[in-house]
Amino acid sequence: MSTTVSDTHSAHDAHDDHHDHKPTGIKRWLFTTNHKDIGTMYLWFSFLMFLVGGSMALMIRAELFQPGMQIIDPHFFNQMTTMHGVIMVFGAVMPAFVGLANWMIPMMIGAPDMALPRMNNWSFWILPFAFLIMLSSFFMPGGAPAFGWTFYAPLSTTYSTDSTALFVFSMHIMGMSSIMGAINVIVTIMNMRAPGMNYMKMPLFVWTWFITAFLLIAVMPVLAGVVTMVLTDKYFGTSFFDAAGGGDPVLFQHLFWFFGHPEVYIMILPSFGIVSAIIPAFARKPLFGYASMVYATASIAGLSFLVWAHHMFTTGMPTFASLFFMYMTMLIAVPTGVKVFNWVSTMWRGAMTFETPMLFSLAFVILFTIGGFSGIMLAITPVDYQYHDTYFVVAHFHYVLVTGAVFSIMAAAYYWLPKWSGVMYDDFLSKLHFWCSLISVNILFFPMHFVGLAGMPRRIPDYAIQFADINQIVSIGGFLFGFSQLIFLAVALKCAFKKGKPAPAKPWEGAEGLEWTVPSPAPYHTFDVPPKV
Amino acid sequence: MKVRLTSLLIGLVAMFTSAIASAGQGSQLNLTRGVTDISQTVYSLHMLVFYICVAIGVIVFGAMFISIYRHRKSRGVEPAKFHDNLRVEIAWTVIPFLILIGMAVPATITLLKMDDTSDSDMSVLITGSQWRWHYSYLDYDVEYLSNLATPRDQIYGRLPQTENYLLEVDRPLVVPVGQKIRFLITSDDVIHSWWVPEFAVKKDANPGYINEAWTRIDEPGIYRGQCAELCGRDHGFMPIVVIAKEPAEFEAWIQGEEQRLADARAEEERLLSMEMSKDELMSMGERVYLSQCAACHQPNGQGIPGVFPGLAGVGVSIGDQTAHIDVVVNGAAGTAMQSFRNNLSMRELAAVITYERNAWGNNTGDLVQAADIHQFIQGNQ
Repeated sequence: MSTTVSDTHSAHDAHDDHHDHKPTGIKRWLFTTNHKDIGTMYLWFSFLMFLVGGSMALMIRAELFQPGMQIIDPHFFNQMTTMHGVIMVFGAVMPAFVGLANWMIPMMIGAPDMALPRMNNWSFWILPFAFLIMLSSFFMPGGAPAFGWTFYAPLSTTYSTDSTALFVFSMHIMGMSSIMGAINVIVTIMNMRAPGMNYMKMPLFVWTWFITAFLLIAVMPVLAGVVTMVLTDKYFGTSFFDAAGGGDPVLFQHLFWFFGHPEVYIMILPSFGIVSAIIPAFARKPLFGYASMVYATASIAGLSFLVWAHHMFTTGMPTFASLFFMYMTMLIAVPTGVKVFNWVSTMWRGAMTFETPMLFSLAFVILFTIGGFSGIMLAITPVDYQYHDTYFVVAHFHYVLVTGAVFSIMAAAYYWLPKWSGVMYDDFLSKLHFWCSLISVNILFFPMHFVGLAGMPRRIPDYAIQFADINQIVSIGGFLFGFSQLIFLAVALKCAFKKGKPAPAKPWEGAEGLEWTVPSPAPYHTFDVPPKV
Repeated sequence: MKVRLTSLLIGLVAMFTSAIASAGQGSQLNLTRGVTDISQTVYSLHMLVFYICVAIGVIVFGAMFISIYRHRKSRGVEPAKFHDNLRVEIAWTVIPFLILIGMAVPATITLLKMDDTSDSDMSVLITGSQWRWHYSYLDYDVEYLSNLATPRDQIYGRLPQTENYLLEVDRPLVVPVGQKIRFLITSDDVIHSWWVPEFAVKKDANPGYINEAWTRIDEPGIYRGQCAELCGRDHGFMPIVVIAKEPAEFEAWIQGEEQRLADARAEEERLLSMEMSKDELMSMGERVYLSQCAACHQPNGQGIPGVFPGLAGVGVSIGDQTAHIDVVVNGAAGTAMQSFRNNLSMRELAAVITYERNAWGNNTGDLVQAADIHQFIQGNQ
């Protein structure tokens, strides 16, 4: 089917001199091989999942509003924490980055489309089915998976409900989607750059995604392997993670985190690229230390394979293994630090303005760095014994994932919305969205540091009364942050329905890059003839 | 715009200083200092790294805020053109590296101390299971289970919550101060994690493997902790309480315990021949059921569909009596149903089985006596 459509496409293109011809209605979206359409679908899908995962977080925060069990059962609480994590990681953050990659990478390197457009269609369209399978497990007896998004064995094998099978299957589909997306990014970047666009001229967003794609290809098969081992341990009598059969439950954690730690960087490296595009644009000054940014990204990616066991310090590793992983983890602070210093130096003696993308980027730099600081603290093994599995960790990874990854995605959306939609976003609403998000996100996550240090374990549905005050504050912040995101929905819908001032080809004075050389909204087909760089 | 940006600045600075201030006071917003040498060292290490981070934060964010304030277009500045400086780049690669070495050295020394479990004075085997802890003193003939003591009525809001809500157990671990206590930590089912913040001890309990940790407590007192690794439905309801006593008091306590347990065993032997009435069995059974079984099978015996099987009107509870005894005594391999052979006395086992066979309309009329359990276990061996 898609063959026919794209064939007609090329025929049309030849005849009609590159006019924006496309099928209409549902078929346009089902059969599209256009990187912009696919990018749009990825972005809307991820936003939908962001709201779904977010409402689960609100359920968690509602139960934790005060001590005692009021609203939900502990077993359902565990389903909420599990599905919140899975959906936010695999459904919201990762697809959002793939959507941005789809939209922006071809336009940034002067390519007409992604290199493998049909695979591109396929890698998006299997995702909704993956999540349909995952979410349908709520209707099984025993409900959805309740073993945490990290699905540690044997809680996920011997002691889990049958929804595990759906969980495993759905993970496989998501993994396939990610691998296909990653292959597409790599092939596109290696083969389809415009003449003169050599590697060291590529925008950092392209560079960071290039490296991210290699990480994805390296670790997604590990995830596929480990979920399969969980499946066979549960249903086919193997004992990979069962000591009684000669296995080891800690092996699960080694395998999972060998995937899981690079996964963390998969969710932050593209953010670095986004912020490296936005800060120079609004500081009206070239990015400081472009080459060192590239090398820092590559070294972070390399180190990400050598630090996985810092998630496992309390599992009883040999001392020398603990030391090795502690040193390697601390080392990551060096290239990450270089990036932050470079961003600040880019601002230094620039001529800054503070449009919404810049506001989100500035908030990113500060709040991501706070997440980095708690990361250094967590790297110190003897102290990690105290932090491990407490709300301190929850605070840490929400600072890097929400005020890090999610804020950068918001920044990217505001930065490129005029290019995507052809209209300027509603400035007042966007500022309102920023300030509401900034304030509420800190009410939400900052106090978690305190309650974690004071000794509150994570993933508990009820807590001792000395944690009550802070949990109340956190819950209020959670609801404020959650509802603030509806402002963004309003902004995005207004742009989608072209309600707003028409955007010029280059709405930002200091913006650099090929994407600003095409009109706004970007035509359906761009760079049919490669630009000269 | 300007006003709002300044207020953001002030807000963030205020947040940071309040963090520092509260950290300095050692209030409950910060890590506990604890009551062991190790925990105090861990605390100072935590504060050291924290202050280094704050210092770096002040420099980096300070530069950023100066830049945001001074280098803004609205002040009519012209942007500079520089975009590279090798010396600066080398400096901010090397200096952080040196700072990290400064953190790594004390961290390494502390870790080596924490991992050295040799030359201990006594050992306690800690076994986690869903959702309770079992303590076994390897140098004495004493072992027992430790369950959450907070009543369900407090959890479900029918009674006001008391001071140690969710942090209280029926039988705490008792240890002497001033001695090096080695903990051997393992699990019967899923992974748990034994954590007492005031000792800076947190170690995973892995099924089939034994982990080691140690502590030497300086001050007598009651110390509370919780399971730290997600271990299923009632992960939030398996606290840890440790009472540290002076060595002489501990010695007296443990000898009393040994005696009490020996007496109980003798008594059990003696009572094997004694029949309990249905009322006795049912009331003891209900007590045991609520403390040991209700977390999974629910107080009404309905279980949780798809997760934990119900007992009311279905399954072994209304079926073959020997099969019922078997599953309670030996557990069911490959499921969350654990063996209660060592955790309950024969009288308690008999009572809880009787209760399950007659409660919630099961009404089988079967009475199981301690002697039946005894006979089953003998036949089993």
